[in-house]
Amino acid sequence: MTILSDAFAKGRPALVAFVTAGDPSPDATPAILDALVAGGADVIELGMPFTDPMADGAAIQSANLRSFAAGTKTADVFAIAKSFRHRHPSVPLVLMGYANPMTVRGPDWFAATAADAGVSGVICVDIPPEEDADLGPALRAAGIDLIRLATPTTDAARLPQVLDGASGFLYYVSVAGITGKQQAAQASIEEAVARLKAATDLPVAVGFGIRTPQQAAAVARVADGVVVGSAIVELVGQHGADAPEPVRAYIASLAAAIASARQDIAA
Amino acid sequence: MNAPNSFRTQPDDRGHFGDFGGRYVAETLMPLILELDTAYRAAKADPAFHAQFDDLLEHYVGRPSPLYYAERLTEALRESAPEGYGAQVWFKRDELNHTGAHKINNCIGQILLAMRMGKTRIIAETGAGQHGVATATVCARFGLPCVIYMGAKDIARQAPNVFRMKLLGAEVRPVTSGSASLKDAMNEGLRDWVANVHDTFYIIGTAAGPHPYPELVRDFQSVIGKEARAQMLSRINRLPDLLVAAIGGGSNAIGLFHPFLDDGDVMMLGVEAAGRGLDKEHAASLAGGAPGILHGNKTYLLQDEDGQITEAHSISAGLDYPGIGPEHSWLHSIGRVEYASATDTDALDAFQLLCRTEGIIPALEPSHAIAAVAKRAREMRQDQIILANLCGRGDKDIFTVAEALGVAI
Repeated sequence: MTILSDAFAKGRPALVAFVTAGDPSPDATPAILDALVAGGADVIELGMPFTDPMADGAAIQSANLRSFAAGTKTADVFAIAKSFRHRHPSVPLVLMGYANPMTVRGPDWFAATAADAGVSGVICVDIPPEEDADLGPALRAAGIDLIRLATPTTDAARLPQVLDGASGFLYYVSVAGITGKQQAAQASIEEAVARLKAATDLPVAVGFGIRTPQQAAAVARVADGVVVGSAIVELVGQHGADAPEPVRAYIASLAAAIASARQDIAA
Repeated sequence: MNAPNSFRTQPDDRGHFGDFGGRYVAETLMPLILELDTAYRAAKADPAFHAQFDDLLEHYVGRPSPLYYAERLTEALRESAPEGYGAQVWFKRDELNHTGAHKINNCIGQILLAMRMGKTRIIAETGAGQHGVATATVCARFGLPCVIYMGAKDIARQAPNVFRMKLLGAEVRPVTSGSASLKDAMNEGLRDWVANVHDTFYIIGTAAGPHPYPELVRDFQSVIGKEARAQMLSRINRLPDLLVAAIGGGSNAIGLFHPFLDDGDVMMLGVEAAGRGLDKEHAASLAGGAPGILHGNKTYLLQDEDGQITEAHSISAGLDYPGIGPEHSWLHSIGRVEYASATDTDALDAFQLLCRTEGIIPALEPSHAIAAVAKRAREMRQDQIILANLCGRGDKDIFTVAEALGVAI
């Protein structure tokens, strides 16, 4: 067991909360991460800023720009992760980002530095299973989970390839599109999660386009985890360094909805 | 490294050119990339596809483009060359194609492929606007809706091409994110594609992006080199000593070079844009960059120590890209092709030189190649031959050139 697998074994779906590292500044991010935990997030997804985030919509693009404007470097991202690990030893943190910042100093450097910072897992948007050699072996050797993405276009023939080498959890991108746009129809999410869970024992977390407690609860009825990103990032954009309290309150509303989701079914 | 038996067998079946290339895309796009690969293999093996492609190139694009001996330019360069030096300069006249550049060759091939795949909507990115115009042109020709992503900065400096695209019925969407130029337009193209995978075909304009794009763009552009090779043999019964082409992403260069790669006596020179100088702002990925991953492929990129992509600069919007096609990175790494660079100033000088000696107004992109030709010709004997690709005409650039020369028009 790892702290990441524990986060999905609490008897209720996990809330996975994303923010961009260094937004609005490297110094302000730790308090925002603390607010995510205080509000009830089970897994922290820390975005590594990138100049060319081609899978992200306007909200996370703007967060990246704010982070760069504050001078965020890769060293700051790891410092944020490391200090989080000291403050919250049992809350898993996963890094999400793009291939070039992760591989520029070599995959072994990245894996070792992430391990030193206490990072539990890594999600890399643009390294599909076909190019696993660029990152996967180094992460596995360092004991870091490589979290793979499945999408509406990942068909049954391809799914085994996605699952081969995946660990931690499986992230189902419920919409063919970029972050922060529309939510998928509930029926399509239910069908997809059932299909994925039949193929893997990994927990299945669902993300993209989820922003209201009602939406989170609906997804929580079928999935092992609910990923929320752009909506949190928008709060950070709106409140800047004062974001922790509104972020905590928002996360608490999602956590409560997720906690009660399956009780509604039982009742 | 041992020389391979052929330099013309890349990429491997996973899309790798040595250490470069590959398929670095989000999972949503991966099944589409694989479907495109399957469709391209089938098209490549289908004589009917080639017949349709060749027919359109002949009767719609106006191919073959002429091979031209630039006699007055050759004489002008000899005036400042040592005795007995001053190579003959020949041009492959791809600026005479319909739409004024080599870009149309690739667009014809890709739209035929899109229709084979049953796609009903076309998107593309553009820098200078030449690829956008070529894409809008083939969309009008085949009646498909067309969305072009173009950096806001490029829209401002390439107004005539923006108007052309609109006349042709395309929707031009300004991109204001990032540096508001070509790389950001490509990001928006990828964002559109990932959200419209069911009906949309992305016509990438250069020999870069995820496999199989670098290969298929090269194959469609190789008509340049195939024609040039046959024309040289038929006109003077010999091959050139040196090929020269400008490089942004590198599609016109790979199109010229590829058919000659196994001709061991033919040297090749790719010319990157050195902008304000290699120690200042530039767009020379090989000279001033390092290998990395962007836009679906591993290749040389302009980037900082954290792997963040840095902004490119060139007076030529078509070369203003912080990467280069992966096959060029490979050809550079094995030494088969030499790569050099020319500054904005070098290109402006060469632009004017060609106007005055040959009565040809070149685009700013091939003006970089002409700058390198002017330098190399003086170092080569008079019986030697340089063949450069005149990949675009300069009508679109006259405003930029006027501004750079301090002329109000």
